[in-house]
Amino acid sequence: MKEFQTKNQKVSPLKPGTKAPNFTLKTTPDQHVSLRDFLGRPVVLCFYPADWSPVCSDQLGLYAQLMSEFRKFDAELLGVSVDGVWSHLAFSKDRNLNFPLLSDFDPKGAISRTYGVFTERNGESARALFVIDSKGIIRWSYLSPDGVNPGADGILSALEKLKPPGRGE
Amino acid sequence: MAKSNYRPPRLTLPVGERDHVEGPSNARMVLVEYGDYQCPYCGAAYPIVKRVQKELGTRLQFVFRNFPITTSHPQAEWAAETAEAAAAQGRFWEMHDFLYENQASLSNHGFFADYAKKLKLDVKRLEQEVAQHVHLGRVREDFMGGVKSGVNGTPTFFIGGARYDGYPGFGPLITALETAEKG
Repeated sequence: MKEFQTKNQKVSPLKPGTKAPNFTLKTTPDQHVSLRDFLGRPVVLCFYPADWSPVCSDQLGLYAQLMSEFRKFDAELLGVSVDGVWSHLAFSKDRNLNFPLLSDFDPKGAISRTYGVFTERNGESARALFVIDSKGIIRWSYLSPDGVNPGADGILSALEKLKPPGRGE
Repeated sequence: MAKSNYRPPRLTLPVGERDHVEGPSNARMVLVEYGDYQCPYCGAAYPIVKRVQKELGTRLQFVFRNFPITTSHPQAEWAAETAEAAAAQGRFWEMHDFLYENQASLSNHGFFADYAKKLKLDVKRLEQEVAQHVHLGRVREDFMGGVKSGVNGTPTFFIGGARYDGYPGFGPLITALETAEKG
């Protein structure tokens, strides 16, 4: 996993082989999502800096388009940023997103920090991706340079490399 | 940023028989566009690509592939399949151009049927193929080929097989194509 400076702030995503730290975050004003809810299925965790910025929108719009491909691996996709749930709701509706956006809002960026992808200088999550296997182990992580859409090819090849999800194990 | 050792992604699906191509197959320069007919940035790039083609003439081969992002653009899939249905009757580029030249009217499907009639296409066949999604598989194949080649949004261009990450203006595209030609 390469590390590099994101606006002078060293960001270092958790490496493959690490157990993915559990979290519980709000996805709507009255609903929470926990990572452990998805044990038994792969999870794609997508940290991004902010709702509404054009690069994110492009990235998340592409993922919405690709949900049927992710589903072929029985994978769940979760977006995470420091935006509040009301922003997430409006953004998700505007862009027709078909996967949950989680709010790493209070305490701000706590989960992003745990995953090593919080940029102190911007006060936002970095643009980082994790593919977590059905047993909750990080199998692939990627940190994208600022302003560069990381796309989906890396996610798809990481999912292809996972063994079929171990249902009932 | 680790720009110094950055290598842009490359086309995983090489240009071939299945592609819609303008310009000679032995051209030294090959420009591939992944586009969405309802994307405003693709609409803006359309006349620029035309200018680039005019400027470079037979030195350039231009290839168009579909990348409809339907969650943002509800007419994009319909438009892509309409162009493919026109292609099935040998008139891809006419419909491709007409779609981009009339982006504001994409929801008015009858307008495009009238144009197909003007092109002397079998309109009933075209409409049937679109309604039955005969060309959906082809559009999806373009799309997934794009995703696996690092297409993240539209328009995305490839020059000489490598993703072009620069600004899609006339000057920058000409410069990039000529640089790639020199190898």
